[in-house]
Amino acid sequence: MGYSFTAPAKNWATEPIERTEILWITIAGSWCLFMFVWMIAWHWIGNQNMANEAYKTTTDTYAKKVEDFTAKYTVRQDKSDPSLPVVAPPPGSDVYLAASRWQWRPVLELQKGKSYRVHISSLDWDHGFSLQPENINFTAYPGYESVITMTPNKSGTFAIVCNEYCGIGHHTMLGRIYVKE
Amino acid sequence: MAITTAQSPFRTDPLTGLRIDLTAATLVKVNAVLAVVFLLVGGTAGLLVALTRWPAVHLLPADLFYMALTVHGIVALMVWIIFFEIAVLYFVPTALLSCRLAAPKMAWTQVALMTIGAAITAVAILQGDSSVMMTSYVPMNAAPHFYLGLILFAVGALIGCGVFWGTLVIAKEEKTYEGSLPLTVYGCMVATVIAVFTIASGAIILIPTFLWSLGLIKSIDPMMYRVIWWAFGHSSQQINVTAHITIWYTVAGLAFGAKPMSEKVSRTAFLLYILFLQFGSVHHLLSDPGLSSAWKIFNTSYMMYLAVLASLIHGLTVPGSIEVAQRRNGLNNGLFEWLRKCPWGNPVFSSTILSIIIFGFIGGITGVVMSVEQVNMIIHNTIYVPGHFHGTVAGGTTLAFMGLTYYLIPVLFQRQVIMKPLAALQPWLFGGGMSVFALAIMGAGTLGVPRRHWDITFAGQALGYEWPGLTQMFMAVGEIGGVIAVVGGALFCLIVVGSILMGEPVPADAKNIVAPPADAGGHKEIGAGGFEAPGTFVLAMVLFVTLVLYYFVNFKYLATLWTLT
Amino acid sequence: MSNEPFEQQTVLQRILDDINFIMCLGLVVPTVFYTLWGVMEVATIPLGK
Repeated sequence: MGYSFTAPAKNWATEPIERTEILWITIAGSWCLFMFVWMIAWHWIGNQNMANEAYKTTTDTYAKKVEDFTAKYTVRQDKSDPSLPVVAPPPGSDVYLAASRWQWRPVLELQKGKSYRVHISSLDWDHGFSLQPENINFTAYPGYESVITMTPNKSGTFAIVCNEYCGIGHHTMLGRIYVKE
Repeated sequence: MAITTAQSPFRTDPLTGLRIDLTAATLVKVNAVLAVVFLLVGGTAGLLVALTRWPAVHLLPADLFYMALTVHGIVALMVWIIFFEIAVLYFVPTALLSCRLAAPKMAWTQVALMTIGAAITAVAILQGDSSVMMTSYVPMNAAPHFYLGLILFAVGALIGCGVFWGTLVIAKEEKTYEGSLPLTVYGCMVATVIAVFTIASGAIILIPTFLWSLGLIKSIDPMMYRVIWWAFGHSSQQINVTAHITIWYTVAGLAFGAKPMSEKVSRTAFLLYILFLQFGSVHHLLSDPGLSSAWKIFNTSYMMYLAVLASLIHGLTVPGSIEVAQRRNGLNNGLFEWLRKCPWGNPVFSSTILSIIIFGFIGGITGVVMSVEQVNMIIHNTIYVPGHFHGTVAGGTTLAFMGLTYYLIPVLFQRQVIMKPLAALQPWLFGGGMSVFALAIMGAGTLGVPRRHWDITFAGQALGYEWPGLTQMFMAVGEIGGVIAVVGGALFCLIVVGSILMGEPVPADAKNIVAPPADAGGHKEIGAGGFEAPGTFVLAMVLFVTLVLYYFVNFKYLATLWTLT
Repeated sequence: MSNEPFEQQTVLQRILDDINFIMCLGLVVPTVFYTLWGVMEVATIPLGK
């Protein structure tokens, strides 16, 4: 009687709890409470938080926004891939990035220490926005436009790798962001 | 030996003294054998994936790689595990409550539906136009029979849950047991509740998706799909957690005569699972737009981490109960004599203890940290994620199932396990390989390497990106670990099938393999400092300190990133 | 072992032993807090300009 595979004592709920368990539950429970409070607190004390700002849209509407944005702020064609425009929006402005099979468009040129409202959406399937080597990762949906305010704190060349499987060309899907001093 | 009654033939197992219902036993065997066959299929696909992601080998072309990965995900994560779980659900109540199985015909329907469903989905994937991964996010589309097979499989699993529930009802009505259910049966009951929620969620999303693939529904909202699909996809892993923890408790009792330290604590922890564990489905949506932080934080923390607390409790009480039993049997010296003198060469024990360690230290710690809303941004969809869940599902669940299988072969098939030295080695190969795999690819994931990706060298890409220097090393070491794990898995399949077909019959005078009851010497003073399980407590504190340090390391790194608001 | 009648068992034990109640809890709680709340989150995402 009383094994895990046999019936427990009749009134098992009144049996005393051993010290090891009580102490462990106290320690583990306190830590659980701390983690819960800390995750909420990071929205105020931390600088890296999910904005969760998003709007319903259509792929056509969003494609048009990206097109207009690109036409307005294109400064040159990219050296690595001359078919891609490099777009340098003014600090504080709205920036539009589109994921599609299998490309992130356009290439961006941002300034270090300046904030941008970066819009992300997909024109076909789900895609992944994975900024490297920062390793910041978001999901891009078709039909939903998300807005994240980003402030680069380092300069250099950053890659956008697609990390949501999106068909046979998934591993060729890339984008780029240049951050100037 | 077999005594037949009009209602239900059964035999009394000489090894355990358990009353084995023969109808149930046949169904358990069929489900378990199918499970092992699918483990072989899933493991083979896993080997192909590992050999492709190992940079120096890069075996498959892209289309076959994505196909193999889809097979691996569905077969290893769902088909093998659910077949085995159904076997457990049929065995546990009939054997431990000494009752018959409710509705054997329905159980055969379950076997047929799950087998046919799995086969149909497998065919769809192998035909080549359904390499959509296990998650099959719309609007990416698979062939209609890809979804149909999954739906049939799920319906079969739901019938299996119904048979289990019916068996509990029958046992109560026919008074084959008194009072509360044994903890093992209780854990299976909890797993079944989670399974019903899981399968219902799967039906809600997969049936419309099937109709959409046939052109009968115009579109499926991609975000709605993910919210509901993960109530299915993640919860199915919560069934596994509950099932393998139940097996931990069971093996502790069977192998050591251990008694749960406190029925109240363990059962309350299971109640916390019932209430909060399914909230973990949100872990896959933390870096998705549009969903509020209130919803994310409430769910990702399982309502203030109460389900995490439950797991931490199980993680302490199972080894703690083993320690208490060992100490009561005389191994009471120092902190760890009880642990040193455990039967490390017995695969039933070593599988279980490795499952506890890997699930806690690799699967558990990383799971808690990566499911922090903000930390998820530096982990979402990197290869860290498969690293984590190979710690939980392969190192935790699959290894626990392997241990139970070694125990059940003599009981169910009345055969001895063959190749005992290899069987003793097997859990170490599988658990060791899987640990190396999980830790190394989590290292790569920390550096940003994406999951489900055929070519991280970006060969020939104008915008290609070069990963930090350690990346290739992490990927190579990890995939070598993966190959070792596959060897361990294949060895398991070989030993199981070999034992069933060629194992020596269990001798008639075989000793009872249930350990002698602990506590034979009365209420001897055990433990140290007023604690009955001081060694386990020290080990638990090692886990605790690791978790706390790793938690803050991740926040420290997070704080160096671009500002994101 | 004690032989108290059913009524003397604690509330906790009676709740935990009632498997049909446990099934209801296990279905209703996640459906309300995860699924329904989550679906509402998606449904209330505002329309973009």
